[in-house]
Amino acid sequence: MKFFAASLLLGSAAALTPESSRREMLGKTLAAGAALAVPGAANAYFVPDLPYDFEALEPYIDAPTMKIHHDKHHATYVANINKAMEGKDEVPILDLMADALEAGPVRNSGGGHYNHAFFWEEMAPADVAKKSKVSDQLSGLIDKSFGSMDEMKAKFEAQAAPGAVFGSGWVWVCVNQAGDKLEIVGTPNQDNPLMKGVKDEIMFPILGLDVWEHAYYLKYQNRRPEYVSNWWNVVNWDKVSENCAYVVEKHAGVPVKG
Amino acid sequence: MSGKIIIENGLKAAVNVGSSKLPNEVLKNSSALLSSLAAKPHVLPDLSYDYNALEPVISAETMTIHHSKHHNTYVTNLNNTIEKIDSAMVAGDVSGTIALQGALKFNGGGHINHTLFWENLSPDSTYDENGALAGAINEQFGSVENMKAALGASAIAVQGSGWGWLGYNPNTGSVEIATLPNQDPLEATTGLKPLLGIDVWEHAYYVDYRNLRPKYVEAIWDIIDWKTVEDRFVAAKK
Repeated sequence: MKFFAASLLLGSAAALTPESSRREMLGKTLAAGAALAVPGAANAYFVPDLPYDFEALEPYIDAPTMKIHHDKHHATYVANINKAMEGKDEVPILDLMADALEAGPVRNSGGGHYNHAFFWEEMAPADVAKKSKVSDQLSGLIDKSFGSMDEMKAKFEAQAAPGAVFGSGWVWVCVNQAGDKLEIVGTPNQDNPLMKGVKDEIMFPILGLDVWEHAYYLKYQNRRPEYVSNWWNVVNWDKVSENCAYVVEKHAGVPVKG
Repeated sequence: MSGKIIIENGLKAAVNVGSSKLPNEVLKNSSALLSSLAAKPHVLPDLSYDYNALEPVISAETMTIHHSKHHNTYVTNLNNTIEKIDSAMVAGDVSGTIALQGALKFNGGGHINHTLFWENLSPDSTYDENGALAGAINEQFGSVENMKAALGASAIAVQGSGWGWLGYNPNTGSVEIATLPNQDPLEATTGLKPLLGIDVWEHAYYVDYRNLRPKYVEAIWDIIDWKTVEDRFVAAKK
């Protein structure tokens, strides 16, 4: 009903204006109508735009990888989660994570969508990343949990090594359930620590790294350790600090776009 | 048991038990002797065809990296893991030995799987409609096209990294399809004897097919070495 009312109003306004603006207005009307679509319709989830260009993370992550990773791999997870959730109530993708292990396709497709949506946001072009700062809160947690930033990075790289995550998976820095310590964990395939049953307790990621081969193969081939050590150059510590503040305060996972 | 194994086990027992009672010299020499008795290191097998032989299905670039880097790394790490397991066993460190099992399965499985894989690929792909293998396939699947469709679908559906297999079930005497994650080896994990393996780790197809795993799996049928698959079937049935 809203759609028709809006279009009638705009349509009548269009009748009184010159041809080109009429077309423009009708275009806007259709767009407005689409935005009023009923919740729970197919295509509830979408691939969020990257906050930077495909080439922005060069030379550490190459443009062709960013393009395929975002436009193909992430898009496939979104298409599949939309298929899996057709006819069901629309909820933010974050809300599907807790029970994902019980929910068949949600584990792989829903996890894949959340993980990638989370991943894009924590990175930034190298010059921005270089200026980004670790908050006092995050710094305190890092020192308490690992001793220092360097020790945290070393532990992270060890967890990201081919002998630690054996196939496809992710490596995460998480805030623990109690909210007072950081943990580094690896998860297989598209699992993440927000999913009940993946680790001993649900944990809240503040930083994650995709170590599926598709994340680095075009530039690094089998040289995963080189990919991981280069990736630090594009980590946006402002965003990671924000994530940390959020999960500590809310005792919940970081919401993502899409 | 061969004499070598008796001596080896005896030495291992002597080194483990009451080692404080053994003179240091005996201990040192025993370890040295044990190392020399240890199995020869595993080696990267040569391919029976050039790196470019499987084009256009699999490019020379993929073959080069897949064989000389990925498979080679499994071999190197397998040898390292075996050395560590040997040391742990000699030291009587059961917990340490067990802790190395994951690395053994991963690297050992990686070596087994890729060795099988290179052998079941060939630029010369001729299927014998009248062979013993065809008989078993037809009995189980109706036709080789049905088998390809089923194995293809399973291989495509593997979540993350893994392999699709046509295997021989020694209990039922028939052929069947299986998929396994990561580098888990078929026979040790399921008891099925491997006949035909398809690597669906992204490194197997990313250079040539990017994210389009279905296209790779569809194309690989043109380079399957059916002669090898048949030979394996005949050997498995014995």
